[in-house]
Amino acid sequence: MEKYKRHSGVVIPLDRANVDTDAIIPKQFLKSIKKTGFGKNLFDEWRYRDHGEPDQDESTRQINHEFVLNQPQYKGGTILLARENFGCGSSREHAPWAILDYGIRTIIAPSFADIFYSNCFKNGILPITLSEELTQNFFEKSLNIAKFSLEIDLQHQKVIDGETSYHFDIDDFKKYCLLEGLDDIGLTLKNENDIQLFESQYKKNYPWLIRE
Amino acid sequence: MALTLYEKIFNRHVVKGLEDSYLIYIDRHLIHEVTSPQAFDGIRLNKRKIWRTDSIVAVPDHNVPTLDRERGIQDPISKIQVDTLDSNCVEFGLNQFKMNDTRQGIVHVIGPEQGLTLPGMTIVCGDSHTSTHGAFGALAMGIGTSEVEHVLATQCLIVKKLKTMQINVNGQAPKFISAKDIALAIIGHIGTAGGTGYAIEFAGDAIKDLSMEGRMTLCNMAIEAGARAGMVAVDDKTINYLKDRPYVPQGELWEMAIKDWKQLVSDKDAVFDQVINLDAGLIEPQVTWGTSPEMVTSISGFIPDPNLQSGSKKKSYLQALKYMNLEPNLPISDIPVDRVFIGSCTNSRIEDLRSAAEIVKSKKVAKSIKQAMVVPGSGLVKMQAEKEGLDQIFINAGFEWRQPGCSMCLAMNADRLESGEHCASTSNRNFEGRQGQGGRTHLVSPEMAAAAAIYGKFVDIRKL
Repeated sequence: MEKYKRHSGVVIPLDRANVDTDAIIPKQFLKSIKKTGFGKNLFDEWRYRDHGEPDQDESTRQINHEFVLNQPQYKGGTILLARENFGCGSSREHAPWAILDYGIRTIIAPSFADIFYSNCFKNGILPITLSEELTQNFFEKSLNIAKFSLEIDLQHQKVIDGETSYHFDIDDFKKYCLLEGLDDIGLTLKNENDIQLFESQYKKNYPWLIRE
Repeated sequence: MALTLYEKIFNRHVVKGLEDSYLIYIDRHLIHEVTSPQAFDGIRLNKRKIWRTDSIVAVPDHNVPTLDRERGIQDPISKIQVDTLDSNCVEFGLNQFKMNDTRQGIVHVIGPEQGLTLPGMTIVCGDSHTSTHGAFGALAMGIGTSEVEHVLATQCLIVKKLKTMQINVNGQAPKFISAKDIALAIIGHIGTAGGTGYAIEFAGDAIKDLSMEGRMTLCNMAIEAGARAGMVAVDDKTINYLKDRPYVPQGELWEMAIKDWKQLVSDKDAVFDQVINLDAGLIEPQVTWGTSPEMVTSISGFIPDPNLQSGSKKKSYLQALKYMNLEPNLPISDIPVDRVFIGSCTNSRIEDLRSAAEIVKSKKVAKSIKQAMVVPGSGLVKMQAEKEGLDQIFINAGFEWRQPGCSMCLAMNADRLESGEHCASTSNRNFEGRQGQGGRTHLVSPEMAAAAAIYGKFVDIRKL
């Protein structure tokens, strides 16, 4: 996993509440057995006017020019700005894979759905929860100021807008894993003895749950 | 100290407290073809072992065809995914109910059916509707693929303790009000993010009255209220349902187990972070009109007017009505219906099929309906339904009787809506494009879906 320390980029304003993971990456693309290649189908049903299928030649697709990702001023943006309850619905990790594959490393929203939120961290994406007021402020700026950009400093937990910076909260462990680009399976396996010890006691307490 | 059901189960699974989270032990890991291949790749790539293969049961369900399955999967990309599950199960020595096994079905239907789901367990699956299994007094959560890999390698999950919410549905649900209506009414009340960060325990007389199938429907929809886990306390119904199922402990172990399971209820004085009370007597048959499960009203209701809302809600309502092609103030009973889908991990169990068949019996599907289909939740549900003659009731009425799988709930296989079509569906999500690009989903109970097929529109089943 790529380390996340500081990140700056153009803000892409996605002005919808309750964006679900079906919208982030529609089901037909979940048939892939890989983790990469989903970026071209990120928000597929909003981004294109025709129906997409895996392995389709993207140059033949009908672009929906109204959709934010297709507007020239947001091309190359790497910070997604969203409304409340972003990432609700299905637990598909293909959603953060598609976001990352597109080139987005940061998502800012007033709230996230639980499973999606935790999936982001496993893939080096930083989801930042900010107040409704502040996100609204960023929405207005990104709609009115060309190439409106933000800078994120994960170490100091700050979103920096020019001269002003705003604090955000994050779990220490999640922050540590992102900063170091760590795979948490390796970290958990350092507790191998604890898990084995737990398991042997657990077998005695609940013998019907683990059978020899 | 008085504990909630969630806390009791959580506490017995804590391996270790971490800085701001916990390492918890996982008893049961259910796997399907869509969210597991990349996890197995990770295991191979890092040369790791699977910690406890006997905790895992795999089944293909999302991609499988529901017609002529014996001929194999026609879609080559779907076939690769199902074949990959097969080869991973062989390579790692995992128990799998393969596509043509009678025990195959939707992962959240077969878990309880086989007795793989037991009270007090922690259960995970790379699927958000894993919350279903909480109906058995278990802590069951949907996880992503990285977490699937984490559980494969460590038998553990790193989690934060959830907040607790008790939703009491008091009194008696009126006739024709099913668990689905209760679930949708709750979501309409607390919203689709109302349960975010919580484990919800459903309680109250109306919940006690529900069958195990009904409780599964309810817990299944907990995730649509934003809650990663939904649960119901153990009672005699839980134990009677499980007795003698294939993977349930037998003999002395069974006796030990039920003694333990009977303690899996929230203590009388347990404190929840939030308590919500609803009157079951006031719940009417529910129909969703928009693109989020919280956009729901009763059969006697009307499409709401977005102009009476403000802020982002107004915007969401406008977007939803545009997508659904519905006008404000239209009676719910005037919504056109093109297709009917009875199935999914929410409503494809035997009880669901019985109650739908009751409505359909000796009637015909309306001419205006392009397609009405029933997709049983598992091979065993299908067999039982056929034994009871339910298949004939559906077929005689003009329904298609299909083979088990997720089918048109998420339309990953060939079963899907055409753009612009409205569907009366017993599934769990009415998101844009969920049942096919441009498709318009209305979530309802099996009885309401069955009646919509017969009358060609939504009708009040209480008045039939």
